[in-house]
Amino acid sequence: MIRFENVGIRFEDDSKPVLSAVDLKVDEGELVLVVGATGSGKTTLLRCVNGLVPHFSGGTLSGRVTVDGRDTRTHRPRDLADIVGVVGQDPAAAFVTDTVEEELAYGMESLGVHADVMRRRVEETLDLLGLADLRGRTLRTLSGGQQQRVAIGGVLAAHPRVLVLDEPTSALDPVAAEEVLAALTRLVHDLGLTVLLAEHRLERVVQYADRVVIVENGRVSADLPALAMAMSPVSPPIVDLGRLAGWSPLPLSVRDARRVAGPMRQALAGRTPARVIRSKALTAASESLLSARALVVNRGRRTVLRGIDLQVHAGEVVALMGRNGSGKSTLLATACGQLPARGGALRTDGLDPASLKPRELLKHVGLVPQDPGMLLYAETVEAECRTADTDVHAATGTTRTLLCHLAPDVQDSTHPRDLSEGQRLALALAIVLAGEPPLVLLDEPTRGLDYGAKTRLVASLRSLAAQGHGILVATHDVELVAELADRVMVIADGEVVTDGPAAEVLAGSPAFAPQVAKVMHPQPWLTVADVTAALEAS
Amino acid sequence: MTRALHDPRLPRLLHPAAWWAWAIGLAMAASRTTNPLLLALVMAVAAYVVSARRELGAASPFGAFLRLGLFVIAMRVLFEALLGGGVPGQTVLLNLPQIPLPTGWGVRLGGPVTLEGVLAAAYDGARLAAVLTCIGAANALASPRRLLRYVPATLYEVGTALVVGLTYAPQLVDDARRVRAARRLRGHSGHGPREMARLAVPVLDSALERSLDLAASMESRGYGRSVHRDARSRRKATALTLLGLGGVVAGVYGLLDGGSAPLLGLPLLLAGSVAAAASLAVGARRERRSRYRPDPWAGPEWVVSASGAIAGALVLVAAQRGTAGIILQTSPALWPTLPWIPALGVLVGLAPAWLSPPPPLRAIERAGGQPKGHRWDIHPEDITSQESSGHSLGSSS
Repeated sequence: MIRFENVGIRFEDDSKPVLSAVDLKVDEGELVLVVGATGSGKTTLLRCVNGLVPHFSGGTLSGRVTVDGRDTRTHRPRDLADIVGVVGQDPAAAFVTDTVEEELAYGMESLGVHADVMRRRVEETLDLLGLADLRGRTLRTLSGGQQQRVAIGGVLAAHPRVLVLDEPTSALDPVAAEEVLAALTRLVHDLGLTVLLAEHRLERVVQYADRVVIVENGRVSADLPALAMAMSPVSPPIVDLGRLAGWSPLPLSVRDARRVAGPMRQALAGRTPARVIRSKALTAASESLLSARALVVNRGRRTVLRGIDLQVHAGEVVALMGRNGSGKSTLLATACGQLPARGGALRTDGLDPASLKPRELLKHVGLVPQDPGMLLYAETVEAECRTADTDVHAATGTTRTLLCHLAPDVQDSTHPRDLSEGQRLALALAIVLAGEPPLVLLDEPTRGLDYGAKTRLVASLRSLAAQGHGILVATHDVELVAELADRVMVIADGEVVTDGPAAEVLAGSPAFAPQVAKVMHPQPWLTVADVTAALEAS
Repeated sequence: MTRALHDPRLPRLLHPAAWWAWAIGLAMAASRTTNPLLLALVMAVAAYVVSARRELGAASPFGAFLRLGLFVIAMRVLFEALLGGGVPGQTVLLNLPQIPLPTGWGVRLGGPVTLEGVLAAAYDGARLAAVLTCIGAANALASPRRLLRYVPATLYEVGTALVVGLTYAPQLVDDARRVRAARRLRGHSGHGPREMARLAVPVLDSALERSLDLAASMESRGYGRSVHRDARSRRKATALTLLGLGGVVAGVYGLLDGGSAPLLGLPLLLAGSVAAAASLAVGARRERRSRYRPDPWAGPEWVVSASGAIAGALVLVAAQRGTAGIILQTSPALWPTLPWIPALGVLVGLAPAWLSPPPPLRAIERAGGQPKGHRWDIHPEDITSQESSGHSLGSSS
C-alpha cells in the first residue's frame, strides 16, 4: 500500500538529511507504529506519505514514495486525498470549518462525494466516534479529546484507505485515548484500513501494532513489535520491566506480562515501596503553599469548579488528574491569579493571587502553561534568559544557570522555536524558577515529550521538591504521575473525586493505573524504578 | 423537495439567503424615510423577529449593531450641534459660545443650536441606525458564514478566503488573550504600547503558524481538486459573476439612494441579477464539489423574502409618490404622524416571526426539553470567554 524506496529528505542543501536511505513497505490492513525520540524525523516520515513533504514543506526528496501506486513526486497532496487521510499533531489547527457536522463533511465535499452518500457517511462517522451529541457544536468550544475525535472523523468520513496519525492521543486523558485507539483498531480489523501512527506514549499503543518502525538519526528500521522493542531507544514501562526480569519474548500488553510475572510478584510479596512511607511522613509536617477551601470558579457564565478543597505542601508533588474538560487548567489558572474565585477561599503562599500585581505574583507562584512557547518572546535563548533575570531582578545568569541544570545541551544562540519540546519546556521552567516561587504549577507538561525528556523532567521536579518547592502538575499521563507524584487528586466536573497518596489512588482504579501497577496488582508497585530498587535490596 | 419543508411549523433553519433578502427589504424601507415613527417601527419589527427566530447558541451581533446605531444618532446630533448643518431654524434651544471662523468655510463652531437642526440630524441618524439594525438582524438570524456557503463556484476561492478570515479573527483574539495571560506569568501586566509591541510578535507568530497548518490541512483533504480544470471557462464564468455582482450592487445602490435617477436602480438590478444567474449556471456546470446538506428553498423561504420585499416596495412606492409623512418636514418642526400604508407595509415584515419555521434548538427548548449537547453554547459570552482547548493556558480541561 505504501512504499518508500531509498527515500532521503533534506530541507537545506548543506545540512544533514532528516531522513536517509529509507526503505519501507506497509501492506494493506497493517497498523504500523512509528517510534523515535523527539526530533528524530517521525513527523517528516509521516508527512511524506501524502506528499506534504516536499510539496508543502519545501526541501528535497530523493528516491520515491508511492501510495497505492501513485507517486508523490507527480501527485500533490490534494490528488492523494481520496486514498490518504492525515491527522496532524494539533487537531484544532487543522479545522477548516466551524461546526462538527460541517467539519466531518468538508473532505467529502472537496472530493465531490454525492450528497446522499455524504449525509449517510456523516451519520455513520458521528456514531463511530461517539460524536452524535456534539453534532451542532462549535469546534472551538470542544475539549481536546472531542476535537481530536472530530479531526479523526473528518478524515475518516472521506473513506481513505490509508490513515496517517501524528500523536493522536497525546492530548487525551487515558479513557478518551482508549476510545480513540479502540475506534482505530476496529477500523483496521473491520475495514482493512492501513494505519501509520506516530506516538510517544508507547504504553498506550504498542500492543495494537502489527509492526513497529523505529526512526533514529534519520535511519528507519521496521520489525515485529516484540523484536523492535528489544532494541528500541524508547520503550514503555512494561518493556522495561520485561528487560529487567529478562522475559523473552518481551511482553507488550499487561496480559502478556501478568502471565509471566508470577515469580516476580512472589519475590516481592509482603514488601512496601519506599515512597509510600515517605509520602505519609510528608503531608503532616510541612507548611501549606496552596490551599483552597470550597473554591468556586466561573468561566463566563459557566461554573467550572464547584467547591474544590485542595492542599499543596512544601516539598510535595501533587498530580491533578481528570478527564478533558474537568477543570484542571481552570484550577491552575485560578491558583496563579488569572481567574478570580467566585466563592470559597484560595491562598497561594498565604496570599490571594488575584489581588497581587504580576510583578509580585511571580515571587510566589509560577505556572508553566500547556504550550510553554507562550512564555517565550525573545529571538535567542540567551536573550530570553537575560530578560527573565531582569524581570525578577535576579543576578545576571540566574536563569541560564538554572537552564544548564535542567537541560545542559541548549545552545545560547538557538531560537526558542527551534528547540525540541523537552528543551523548550526546560527553558520555560527555568524562566519560571528564576523568580524562586515556592509553588510551581505545570499544565500538561509531557505533551510531545519522549521518554528521555520525561525522565529528565521527573528528575528535575523531584529535586525541586526536595529543595522545598511545592509542585502541582495537571496531567493525563499516568506513567508520569507514577514516577513523580506523592499525592494524586482526581477531579471530575469541577468536584474532587479522590485525594490520596499516589500509590493508593493509582493502584485503586484500572483507568489510572500505570502498567507496572496492573502487572503487579494487588501489590502497590507503580514504576520499574520501585521494583528495581526493591529487587536490589533483597 | 418533500412537502414537510413547506410547513412553517417544522423546526429547521431557514435558508440564509431568505433572511438576508428579508433584511435588505426592510433596510430599503428604512433608507427611504426619515419619519422617526416609521424608523422605530422598522427597528421594532427587526428586533421582534430576531427575538422570535434566532437560533439558540448562535453568536448574536444584533445588540452590537443596535448600539452602533445609537452611537451613530448621538454622533450625528453632536456634530450638528457643534458645527451646524444646512438646516435653517428659528427655535433656538441653547446658545453655545461661538468661535469665529472665516465666512467662506461653510461651517461654524459653536453658536445657536436649533430644534430644527437637531431634529433633522436625529432623523438622519435614525435612518442609518435603522439600516444598521436590519443588517444586524440578518447577521443574528443567519450568520454570514452560512450565507457564504452559497457563494457561486466561480468565486469559490474568494469565499474560502472570507471563511478563513472569519475563523481567524476570533482565533486571533483568543491568541492575544492567551499571550497576555502568559505575559502576566512573567511579571508584566500586558498593558501599554510597549507591551502591545511585545505581544504582537508571539501572536502573529502563532497566527502565521496556524495558517500554514490550516493550509496543509486543506491541501491534504483535497481542497482545490475539482476546480482549475479549464482556464477558459473559468475566466468566462469569473467575468460574468463579477459583472453580475457589480450590477446587483449598483442596482441596490440605485434603489437605496433616493437622489439617483429613478430608472437607474431597477433595470441595473435586474440586469445584474441576470448576469449573476448566468455565471451561476456556468459555474454550476463545472463544479465538481458537492455540498453537504444544502438548505432547501421551500414555502417559508418565499414567504420570508416576500415579506421583506413587500415592506421595502410599499415604502419605496410611497416615497416615489411623495406621500406625506415619508420625508418629514423639519423646518418648521412638526409633530410626526404615521403614514398608514407604508406603516402597514413595514408591519408585513413582521410575518416571519410566525410564518417561518422555528430553529431546531429553540423548538426543543420551547417544548421544555434540554437542548442536547448544546448546553454550553447558549450564551455567546461563554464561547468567547472559554479559550480554545487545544493548547491554551487556561483551557477548560
